[in-house]
Amino acid sequence: MKELFPRGQVMGFAFSLVLTLVALSVIMFDLSLKMAMIILLVTAFMQAALQLVMFMHAGESEDKASIYTNVYYGLFVALVTIFGTMLTMIWGYQ
Amino acid sequence: MDYFDRFAVPHPSPAIYASMVAIGLTMIAVVAGITYFKKWGYLWREWLTTVDHKRIGIMYILAALLMLFRGGVDALMMRAQTAIPDNGLLDGQHYNEVFTTHGVVMILFMAMPFIIGLMNIVTPLQIGARDVAFPRLNAVSFWLFFMGAMLFNISFVVGGSPDAGWTSYFPLASNDFSESVGSNYYAIAIQIAGIGTLLTGINFIVTILKMRAPGMNLMKMPMFTWSILITNFIIVFAFPVLTVALALMTMDRLFGTQFFTMANGGSDMLWANLFWVWGHPEVYIVILPAFGIYSEIISTFARRNLYGYNSMVISMVAISTLSFIVWAHHFYTMGHGAMVNGIFSITTMAIAVPTGVKIFNWLFTLWKGKIVFTVPMLYSLAFIPIFTLGGVTGVMLAMASADYQYHNTMFLVAHFHYVLIPGTVFAVLAGFTYWWPKMFGFMLSEKIGKWSFWFITIGFNVTFFPMFITGLDGQARRMYTYSESTGYGPLNMLSFVGAIGLAIGFALIVYNIYWSTRYASRNISNDPWDARSLEWATHTPIPEYNFAIVPTVDSTEAFWDAKKKALNYLAVK
Repeated sequence: MKELFPRGQVMGFAFSLVLTLVALSVIMFDLSLKMAMIILLVTAFMQAALQLVMFMHAGESEDKASIYTNVYYGLFVALVTIFGTMLTMIWGYQ
Repeated sequence: MDYFDRFAVPHPSPAIYASMVAIGLTMIAVVAGITYFKKWGYLWREWLTTVDHKRIGIMYILAALLMLFRGGVDALMMRAQTAIPDNGLLDGQHYNEVFTTHGVVMILFMAMPFIIGLMNIVTPLQIGARDVAFPRLNAVSFWLFFMGAMLFNISFVVGGSPDAGWTSYFPLASNDFSESVGSNYYAIAIQIAGIGTLLTGINFIVTILKMRAPGMNLMKMPMFTWSILITNFIIVFAFPVLTVALALMTMDRLFGTQFFTMANGGSDMLWANLFWVWGHPEVYIVILPAFGIYSEIISTFARRNLYGYNSMVISMVAISTLSFIVWAHHFYTMGHGAMVNGIFSITTMAIAVPTGVKIFNWLFTLWKGKIVFTVPMLYSLAFIPIFTLGGVTGVMLAMASADYQYHNTMFLVAHFHYVLIPGTVFAVLAGFTYWWPKMFGFMLSEKIGKWSFWFITIGFNVTFFPMFITGLDGQARRMYTYSESTGYGPLNMLSFVGAIGLAIGFALIVYNIYWSTRYASRNISNDPWDARSLEWATHTPIPEYNFAIVPTVDSTEAFWDAKKKALNYLAVK
């Protein structure tokens, strides 16, 4: 019976609920904008990674190298786009 | 404005009314012709509903050629208008619509579909696959592109073309300054075509990653397929930004949101930022496949294997990464500080390094090769010096402080035509001539092809080189006229003469297609160029399933090795 029980998946599901609750705390408590954004960013990335690995089975097939390369490349482009835009439009703007 | 007033041509002239009549008559003639020759069934079954990658590719190329002529006529009108000072051929509004249409059509509806057409035809053949991964999605991509392009093209007779430049900067493109529906066409037509392109990107990544012939690992793929793989990565990661930006633009123009307004928390420059976050990768989307085409053609006609395979791949990966971190060089003068401009100057200049690696690799491939001067090879050889000139002026423009002098002048216009025309147009013409026998079972005439090559190459340089000079003298781009005292007149006239040369060259290409269709020999082999990769291994005309037996691959030039070492590349291992 033990090997039939999807232990990892259940734990992953519970963890994703915890992450959702932590993200919800941003509207429950009176946090500064900076603090709120940090909490949202961190929980969002953890949530995305969790879903990708646990429930979309990213690392379980033989082409996992190309899947992860795609993910890292997408992550790079997303971060560059967001922080580069912040740099040109806000931080570096005179 | 009343609702229906916005669809009236804002600035009618006899030329536009004549175009309306011409469009109507052409459509009637096409419908009547198809009916008369009883071709509706054939057209519907064999072409309009096809999911065969080769036929979809041919339709892409046909549409791209049509758009090449649309954009080319726009270009001729611009050169004619500026040929002499104080010319009255076009007025300011018409000129704005013409240069906007020229830019959009040439980049999005000519360069992109031409390249997507070639990659549709060639990529599955090069990797030994029987079709793309999602053939039906491929057809959806084509029809989305086609409908987007047609929607954009009718704008000039229904409501007026967009007139805010191909970059469509806000606030100029907002409702306040562009009242007619022109810019709505821009937002919606490009959105439709862009989603088609995004689907193509996903389709080809899956095709190349999952459907390669046995034995062909990533480092044994032909260079064209490598360039297509990287291009499609850029498409998948760059186009969503355009999709979002165009959606915001549509909402601003149609539903009164304030994303790109000057007031109420909007930011007009956010549009420019998002546009170029997509726009700079976009130029690599159209140039990297060109690099792939040249790699194939140069090694075929130098009769040598490609020099520096690994460094070619690494430099393309480097270019694709760098392409995402240079976009702010399109608006150095926007007002961000020296730190931002400095960062983007350095990243921009860094692109010259992998590009230079590729140039040297092509030169080393030619070194001691037995060069055959066919038409595709002539385009490839002309590309190297002309593109280098474009690249060097690009490094000049990359210096942010110097760019305050160059920006918005004809110098910039000359630079990007020096990059895009040898980079993309020469490449697609070369690829088109090179793969033509595989597509249609006969060769294009080399003699007429060489005439058109010389007209295009010389015409191109005569058209665009003078712009470097007038640009440094201060002639601004997008100005519909100038006074005689500026002294720009003679060089602009020279530029117009060059444009006529280009027009003759392109007309000769059409004549070549006509002549070769009628008179060229049908008795050619499956491998008329003595080429090196798998697309030449299969039969001409290509059977619908491409390969009767899926080939087994053991090197980067599977077909060449099979020929030279008398290996049986169709052997099952």
